[in-house]
Amino acid sequence: MSADTVEHAGDTPGELQPHLELGLSDDEYERIRQILGRRPTQSELAMYSVMWSEHCSYKSSKVHLRQFADKAPRSDRLLAGMGENAGVVRVSDTLAVTFKVESHNHPSFVEPYQGAATGVGGIVRDILAMGARPVAVMDSLRFGAADHPDTARLLSGVVAGIGGYGNCLGLPNIGGEVVFDPCYQGNPLVNALCLGVLPVDRLQSKAASGTGNVVVLMGAKTGRDGIGGVSVLASATFDDEAEQRRPSVQVGDPFTEKLLIEACLELYDARLVVGVQDLGGAGLTCALTETAAAAGTGMRVWLERIPLREPSMEPHEILVSESQERMLLIVEPDKLDAVLKTADKWGVPTTAIGEVTAPTTSGEPGRILITWRDETVADVPPGSLVDDGPVYARPMREPGDLILLQADRAETLPRPADPDALRETVLRMAASPNLCDKTWVIEQYDRYVLGNTVLAQPEDAGVIRIDERTGLGVALSVDGNGRYARLDPYVGARLALAEAYRNVVVTGARPVAVTDCLNFGSPEDPAVMWQFAEAVRGLADGSAELNIPVTGGNVSFYNQTGAAAVHPTPVVGVLGVLEDVSQRIPMGFGEDGEVIILLGETHAELSGSEWAWEVHGHLGGVPPQVDLSRERLLGEVIADAAAKGHVSSAHDLSDGGLAHALAESCMRRGLGARVALPDEFTAGSMPFLYLCSESTGRAIVAVPRGHEKAFTALCTEWGLPWTAIGVVDAHGRELEVRGQFVIGLDELREAWSGTLPRLFDAERAVGMGPQAEAAADAAPETEASESAPETEASEAAPETE
Amino acid sequence: MTTRIGVVTFPGSLDDGDAARAARIAGAEVVRLWHAESDLRQVDAVILPGGFSYGDYLRCGAIARFAPVMEAITKAVSDGLPVLGICNGFQILCEAHLLPGALTRNAHLHFRNRDQALRIESADTAWTSSYEPGQEIVIPVKNGEGRFVADDRTLDELTAEGRIVARYAGGNPNGSLRDIAAIASEGGNVVGIMPHPEHAVEALTGPSLDGLGFFTSILKHLAGMQK
Repeated sequence: MSADTVEHAGDTPGELQPHLELGLSDDEYERIRQILGRRPTQSELAMYSVMWSEHCSYKSSKVHLRQFADKAPRSDRLLAGMGENAGVVRVSDTLAVTFKVESHNHPSFVEPYQGAATGVGGIVRDILAMGARPVAVMDSLRFGAADHPDTARLLSGVVAGIGGYGNCLGLPNIGGEVVFDPCYQGNPLVNALCLGVLPVDRLQSKAASGTGNVVVLMGAKTGRDGIGGVSVLASATFDDEAEQRRPSVQVGDPFTEKLLIEACLELYDARLVVGVQDLGGAGLTCALTETAAAAGTGMRVWLERIPLREPSMEPHEILVSESQERMLLIVEPDKLDAVLKTADKWGVPTTAIGEVTAPTTSGEPGRILITWRDETVADVPPGSLVDDGPVYARPMREPGDLILLQADRAETLPRPADPDALRETVLRMAASPNLCDKTWVIEQYDRYVLGNTVLAQPEDAGVIRIDERTGLGVALSVDGNGRYARLDPYVGARLALAEAYRNVVVTGARPVAVTDCLNFGSPEDPAVMWQFAEAVRGLADGSAELNIPVTGGNVSFYNQTGAAAVHPTPVVGVLGVLEDVSQRIPMGFGEDGEVIILLGETHAELSGSEWAWEVHGHLGGVPPQVDLSRERLLGEVIADAAAKGHVSSAHDLSDGGLAHALAESCMRRGLGARVALPDEFTAGSMPFLYLCSESTGRAIVAVPRGHEKAFTALCTEWGLPWTAIGVVDAHGRELEVRGQFVIGLDELREAWSGTLPRLFDAERAVGMGPQAEAAADAAPETEASESAPETEASEAAPETE
Repeated sequence: MTTRIGVVTFPGSLDDGDAARAARIAGAEVVRLWHAESDLRQVDAVILPGGFSYGDYLRCGAIARFAPVMEAITKAVSDGLPVLGICNGFQILCEAHLLPGALTRNAHLHFRNRDQALRIESADTAWTSSYEPGQEIVIPVKNGEGRFVADDRTLDELTAEGRIVARYAGGNPNGSLRDIAAIASEGGNVVGIMPHPEHAVEALTGPSLDGLGFFTSILKHLAGMQK
């Protein structure tokens, strides 16, 4: 077998090439020919096709994403920002944290377990590449209707995959979202976030600097999995043939990743690497070209040195394989032995595959020259793949139906008008798939490992101690609301930001940075492009108003099946700092007699609400107003009051409004509450409005007895509206709204916690009852052969039967 | 002289840092032991921590059992070395035949992490003397393969000899036979426990401080032996 060489390409300019199948347009193909001065070889064509894919090149989003940098507030905390593998934020004189959220939507639909598992693996390597030890993960998940038959397959597989990978890596899963909406039926959203911690002087660079340095590939062998992951899978719309794309999904091995983490951290601490980059989307091609382009150097790579799982792999396959658990290191020649020794200690295969070459004598950046068995299969300028990809200002147009949609307001829907109907509504909301107890999911994740988890879901934000000596910690929340963004993407993005911000401040933390995962339909649809542009504008404006920079993130386009795009879904993560984690504020009511105070103002805002959707199946109107200065004020007041000991618990108000927040705060530690409505909210349907409106900028706090005067005086001083609405009642074990209803906590909990087991345990029983029983009862010997974590996925997926 | 407790790290060990922290909080000097070395460095007791040693490949604990450090531990156990295996450590002890039975896939087939009530059945082991028999404690459980199984004769023996150290209370999280959460060797020096006492030693990060007793017990036990 001989490969398509540079020489051969020069001799055969007219040979037809499959650029369209690889996702490259005619124009893009022509540009490649211009750059190279000849037709590309098969390997080069594969390299350009993945690097110029939407996923890697951000060709449709770039012109909009610039706003994040242009509008970003100046921050002296930021050690690395947009364009790096992940943003790095200094949190003390000696410590920094890095965090980022990334999508793995299409792979998770095609193969839920592996798709979700490798989503976790990929984001963890991004964090590792910055020099950080990964210390926690979160995940934001969106599926189709909870009762759709395919949802059980997807949810079971995705949750098992996230757990299977994250648990085996030893990373606590501290929070996230699980949302159901029919718009995600054929295209679930699986966004994984990872948090890492590093000493500030361990920050790593991806630049392949230093002529003569060795290019080292560390980690798993390269196989035929994930070929074209970024191009044919991530950068195209789904069709009926999605099932056939399974070979484009990567296969994860968390054990290898765990060893890779330990080996890398040891190498960093011993100062043995000059540059490092993870291999993720676009595999080796991306790592080689990005590290070289970052340094302006060239590279000489011997492709046959790369350890292969399948010896028959051809050069173009090796170059674009997305096999997991691999890192590229740039190492000084005299340190290579030490690197290999450390890798060997951890049992991680490590191979020198090339060397860094000099820029040209005229000062131009170097070229990447790749040979395979003494034949040159690629000779390219790295910058042309990384920086000079196509950039499109795609046409944009407000969706034609938006005016009608916004005119169809939920405020006009019939509301529960008497106490019995209101009671029923509150229970029904608590049991709704979006608001119900997520224990069925959370229990499949390890939240204790590493011993630094201070708060984890269902708390508003995850809180991790990052320095045992000083008690320094960080709070992290990730939020989105596709319905709001569908009604108004500009406001929807700001609402997602506001909610994540609020979730962080109610723990007492001070927000410092933002990450985002922007999930949208096809950028070739002007309506989707308009939604995207509006959402980016909203997020960039919002982060400027909140004075916290967007430090990095991810764009996921083509989230649609056929012509139907998902709701525009910007998912936003906010990171906050707690100087002393022992001062964190939990969400649950804790002491009898505490005064419950509602902070903020309640307006008639029902459009896009969980109530409108759950009860009426309605989506229309304009989403709640968002006032980011109010969110900031809320944060200032809570932090100030907490420091003075005035707050024993705090819980943000969002989906489901006050009623659901009260229910959650009661159930968290099993304490009841007695609440009275303000006079102006007692007549007609006003109680309902007070309890279920989704107005923003609100939180409930429990104030210890004796502190209420000081606390309310403090609110007044800051200019934050407050209303004392009730007291915590530890003895009653019920939630009472005076003059309206009483719900026993047992009844509330039954409604709230029964939903997911009923939906998904039942589905398992129906789909695989006898097998599940048999497996559960099997003798140890039988079980033994199936004990690798991966098998759980195939067992859980009904389709395997 | 301070008590030296060794914590073994296998490739894929995850809770080794937590076990070390718990032993330190209890007052021990912690010595980190590496799977590939057979030198136990004069430790007075050993903890095999939780995690996924060798990725749980082949079978949980099946490969770790052959690590050089395990040969040394197996030898020392017969001379009375106290060993606590937590979760994956319990699985390794069963694979190494230092404890009877096996840990299999949870009956419901899911990984499950929750705060779990246990009833201490025996305070007569090196690792549980700080507790009262019958005492209820709450510590985290988190595993995918934590369902203890053994044949009836073994189970009867364990019961008769008082070697069932802890049982699940208030609901069995994984289908373990006879609600078994922890068992001991005949000599009482080797204990395997599926839930995680090392995750319940600090008020800030654990559901309780109930796990600390395992680590104070061993210090008490070893101090008693020195007298």
